[in-house]
Amino acid sequence: MVIMATETKSLQTTAEWVARNLPSETIIDVEGLNFYYGRERILHDISLSISGKGVTAIMGPSGCGKSTFLRTLNRMYELTPGARAEGRISFLGEDLFRIDSVALRREIGMVFQQPNPFPKSIYENIAYGPRVHGIRRRSQLNEIVEESLRRAALWDEVKDSLRKSAFSISGGQQQRLCIARALAVRPQVLLMDEPSSSLDPKASAQIEATARELSEELAVVIVTHNLQQAARVSDYVAVFMTGGELVEDGPTKKVFEQPEDPRVQDYLEGRFG
Amino acid sequence: MSGFTRKIDNNYKVKTLSSSSLSWLRRRLDRGIFAVLGSISLIALGLIFFFIFREAIPLFYKVSVASFFGPTWLPTFDPPSYGALSMIAGSALVTVAALAVAVPVGLSAAAFIAEVAPGIMKDITKSIIEILAGIPSVVYGFFGLALLAPFLQTTFSLSTGRTALTAAIILSIMALPTIASLAEDALTAVPSSYREASLAMGATRWETMWRVTIPAAFSGLLGAVILGMGRAIGETMAVLMVAGNSPQITTSLLKPVRTLTAGIALEMGETPFGSTHYHALFSLGVLLLLITLAMNWTAEWFRGRMRRRHHG
Repeated sequence: MVIMATETKSLQTTAEWVARNLPSETIIDVEGLNFYYGRERILHDISLSISGKGVTAIMGPSGCGKSTFLRTLNRMYELTPGARAEGRISFLGEDLFRIDSVALRREIGMVFQQPNPFPKSIYENIAYGPRVHGIRRRSQLNEIVEESLRRAALWDEVKDSLRKSAFSISGGQQQRLCIARALAVRPQVLLMDEPSSSLDPKASAQIEATARELSEELAVVIVTHNLQQAARVSDYVAVFMTGGELVEDGPTKKVFEQPEDPRVQDYLEGRFG
Repeated sequence: MSGFTRKIDNNYKVKTLSSSSLSWLRRRLDRGIFAVLGSISLIALGLIFFFIFREAIPLFYKVSVASFFGPTWLPTFDPPSYGALSMIAGSALVTVAALAVAVPVGLSAAAFIAEVAPGIMKDITKSIIEILAGIPSVVYGFFGLALLAPFLQTTFSLSTGRTALTAAIILSIMALPTIASLAEDALTAVPSSYREASLAMGATRWETMWRVTIPAAFSGLLGAVILGMGRAIGETMAVLMVAGNSPQITTSLLKPVRTLTAGIALEMGETPFGSTHYHALFSLGVLLLLITLAMNWTAEWFRGRMRRRHHG
């Protein structure tokens, strides 16, 4: 019990460190979202507003549907046969399900659990998105590549090896390359699906720092099952529970210090999940 | 091992020793059986090589290597000449023309199966291609002889419908399953994380296929094309039936040609055992063997390179 108390305390202090003053207008508004895979119901009546700036952490035990939730936001779930979403999601006031999915994904970028650079050079990885969207001029591409790598805090490490294969850099660098690649199409939202689960603590800390820095300009939604990470990185949290329910959400500090739902209390104290 | 078991107790030691020696025997036996079976194919290959080369080499006691690559193949004339160039050219012409059709069609079919087609269409296309692979070559030849040759003869008003073009068309259908199914393997072997990354960035499926999946599968696709080429060069019966078989050097697809395979099959039966002509046919066989081996190795190298790049 003593150990538990200090654990909670350290979480609180890091949560305090997190508090920032960011404008908080909503960019994505989810209302009554249900998600089915075949006959199985994965998400139960989720309602959640996501702020246009700052980091929103989606936490919860494994199998609670947090990754599925993330994949509905950019409609990547549509690639899985048998997956179906019902409910209302508005993105900047528009019905997200009626926006062309290709156009939507330019606005809502994604970083995956495992670093997944293309088997191309570092430069070509970043230039891929802009090229697909019709940018041909070399000087413009060069600019975008540099800017994206700088925003992902990778420029200084790779600026002399842009022509090298993306596989030649470390796992943490590859993940930041994937962040830069997603940023190159200038999205307004960046979804991160457990982006540091395959990385060591140092690389993981770099990803977190990058996420916080980026969130001053865009919305970052990060899925994590790591409580400390959620406390360190996020401004807002949403806690999902097994069965696909959203049990509590709000500013990180508040949820960590005074959780309302007893299930969230248990979860935060490590008694569950 | 024995020092370790001695320390524990005697009962235990005896038990482990007897059971482990039994399983040791079994392992040896299993491995032995596989080793014997495996080496049979290796020995067979070695013997084939040995005998083909042994029967081929005596040709070069009588004829120079340069004249073996000469243009005139008149083995029954006096004096005879054993120039294989016309048949090499015939094989090359027919194969290139066949690939000109089979490569685009086969690769498109592979892309359709691997990237585009929904469930049922995918299964249907795949099974059609598998059926094509299972048709005996004599049936293809018969089809070419009975339908395609007369059609080409009237369309182009030729003296004979048995031409390089006829053979190329038939061969393109025969090489299609090889190219399509191996190319499909190459495309499906591309990790889906690449596709996801591309789609998540707002690329369309079409853009993803052209800019990510196909470049990532390139070595494998090249391997598929080369193996298809090997299939086309090695095919005998269908080509023998429809190519017209006149050993002439031409670039016109509308003239009869003779391929290396057809050359061997046509003359083998009427050649006295041990004659120079007989050795010349074996030399053609050596040539064919070397060409197909080189192709298989190149193809496997490309296919292996793709596996190493993405799953290393």
